[in-house]
Amino acid sequence: MPSNATTVLLCGVGGQGALLAADILARCAMACGQDVKLSEIHGMAQRGGAVTTVVRLGEKVSSMVADQGCVDYLVSFETTEALRNISYLREGGVAIVSDESIKPLPVLTGKLAMPKGARKQLAAHQAQVIPAELLAKQAGSVKAVNVVLLGALSTYLPYPKDVWLRVIEERVPAKFKDVNITAFESARAWAERNAAKEA
Amino acid sequence: MELISGNEAIARGAWEAGASIGVAYPGTPSTETMENFAKMPGVYAEWCPNEKVAVEVGLGASAAGKRVLSTMKHVGVNVAADPLFTAAYTGVGGGFVVLAADDPGMHSSQNEQDSRYYAMAAHIPMLDPADSAEALAFTKEAFVISERFDIPVFIRSTVRVSHTKCAVETGERVETAPVPYEKNQPKWVMMPLYAKPRRLDLDERIERLRAYAETCPFNRVERRGDAVGVICTGATYQHVVEALPEASVLKLGMSWPLPAQTIADFAASVDEVYVVEEASVYLSDQVKALGVKLSQPARPLSPAGELTPQAIACAFGADEAPHADTPANLPPRPPALCPGCPHRLVFRELARMKAIVTGDIGCYTLGALAPLSAVDTCVDMGASISMAHGFELGLEGEKHRPVVAVIGDSTFAHSGITSLLNTVYNCGTGTVCILDNRTTAMTGHQGNPVNGITLQHRPSRELDLPALVRALGVDDVRTVDPMDMKAVRAALKEAASNDELSVIVFESPCVLLTKERNAPYEVKSDCRACGTCSLIGCPAISCDPETKVAFIDASLCVGCSQCSQACPYGCIVSTGGSHA
Repeated sequence: MPSNATTVLLCGVGGQGALLAADILARCAMACGQDVKLSEIHGMAQRGGAVTTVVRLGEKVSSMVADQGCVDYLVSFETTEALRNISYLREGGVAIVSDESIKPLPVLTGKLAMPKGARKQLAAHQAQVIPAELLAKQAGSVKAVNVVLLGALSTYLPYPKDVWLRVIEERVPAKFKDVNITAFESARAWAERNAAKEA
Repeated sequence: MELISGNEAIARGAWEAGASIGVAYPGTPSTETMENFAKMPGVYAEWCPNEKVAVEVGLGASAAGKRVLSTMKHVGVNVAADPLFTAAYTGVGGGFVVLAADDPGMHSSQNEQDSRYYAMAAHIPMLDPADSAEALAFTKEAFVISERFDIPVFIRSTVRVSHTKCAVETGERVETAPVPYEKNQPKWVMMPLYAKPRRLDLDERIERLRAYAETCPFNRVERRGDAVGVICTGATYQHVVEALPEASVLKLGMSWPLPAQTIADFAASVDEVYVVEEASVYLSDQVKALGVKLSQPARPLSPAGELTPQAIACAFGADEAPHADTPANLPPRPPALCPGCPHRLVFRELARMKAIVTGDIGCYTLGALAPLSAVDTCVDMGASISMAHGFELGLEGEKHRPVVAVIGDSTFAHSGITSLLNTVYNCGTGTVCILDNRTTAMTGHQGNPVNGITLQHRPSRELDLPALVRALGVDDVRTVDPMDMKAVRAALKEAASNDELSVIVFESPCVLLTKERNAPYEVKSDCRACGTCSLIGCPAISCDPETKVAFIDASLCVGCSQCSQACPYGCIVSTGGSHA
């Protein structure tokens, strides 16, 4: 359903920090005068299940859910979850995917296999596969993967960098402030380098 | 402006309206409402053992004159239905507002019932907000309506209202004077003598509410075109305005009683009028009953599950947006019991002994999923124990597998006690396992009567579960450490071979509460690739797809030792020396 609002779908595995990323994104949009809706699902999915969070931004946002073929930015914390949600991406939409793969229980127990050629499939959708865990570790904490993904996403959105930095500082725990700022900056640098390479 | 969820907004609205007492049992998607209300200054809030108790406490506090908020998920309304239906007769003292949070799409529930039917059946007016701003405004007004019409008022939300954050302008709290309690038997003593005239009084109050609905500012028409008109409530409205930008919309903020004249006028103002609603036919049936001729979209909407803008647009003839297909053969990612969950081995042993396991609501429902696959049934809070008794009755005289009920501590306090009392009273048999993890884990670790942690951290007392079970009349009660596989196996075997009712209390706190971490375990090089360890369903253990050799992910392992006990060949050892 085409709409004037921008739709960001964040997906991953319970406990990866997608909610904080969505919260920071929504507050950036608010700080820049936009209307915003952030929809999250709690409960059962938190026990290691697949999770999705939708952030919709724009002059006026009505619906809070994402439809197939209507997502502008698919931000995935995990490669299999990116594929699970790839049908939501609109034509010409951008997928930003952490290169991490986490095996779900049916794979761990040997009943099912991970998808073959996940990278290749993602490449076919022009996904930006980012070494998010590596960049987060280099910044000082593997927990900063969520802010790394935001850093990459931020290069596509119209919000000034100082707004992002201010909101990140406000929303992350004080002792992880520097780690997250470094993670954000290095992800932006990575995304810009990557864009230059593609151009 | 604040970025807050619908649940936070309802809590805030109640607080701004001067509500001073909150009562609830946690349940997704309602839980954060009472958690947030409890943090507001100048209020008292408590978790109750179940929703029926919560509504009764709330009604008492309302009778005594205070404004009261009670919150629950949709299936909680079933539990609270008994007092609610009669509370419409008694009416209130101070305003009494009840949140019913529905879960269309069943993200975290066993069914997707529509609480609007309860409003109609119980004669309780219902407000149906579509976002956080409305949730706040409607909740405030609900207290005014409650006192003006002397009746409890429902706020209905759905998961997309409760769990969607948007920008909201908050206000200040306005203290309200308590309504002084005076003994008034015709109002509060609902025996036939008084209930009969009170029923007529209720009808008169409902007639006044019907008139109010015609002028209620929460019912509004958004005029766009004359061709198509849509009637809708709640979150569905948000999808409709996006899906059908040309359509005029009658947005009903009050979903019971309905404004008959407003609906008739709206229907007459457009060529075709439709009802769009989610997981239900409540509204379309009610509008049809008013004599309005409804049109059907070209492709009727599914009566099950959540709606989206595209689902609505396509029903009205639009094409689906082009999109990639979901790749075939993606492995599903179901939730699982956490690494280190102390109650995992109970399910493993029950699966091994091929018991008929009647399960219950909460984390332990996850014992139904592979590879544990231990649970046979899951219906509602407390059903594990009563259904086990029913299985025993139904299989009486036949040779059958052992019947075992499995229930958590909070669920036992909610509805298991009366079920167990019934089994004792009727001389039932079988085995009941109470998996006591000292918390209400699935909804986010709330306090409960077993752990004795109260919502606002007032001192309380822990419940002695084995003593309670003995007092109910169970002779065979034992307490077992669920982390000790041999003890779990022995206790279950003994209980199952016993002809009398046995209760086993498995005591060990939720791994997320204790945060205790031992050195991770590892698989020795002489692993025989038998696959037994993977049957306990721990997310930290995997088997090589080719060789079937086990592997433990040290970053997930919490060193609980359960896999080591499960390994028949002693091939799993602690990396930190001898295990605890």
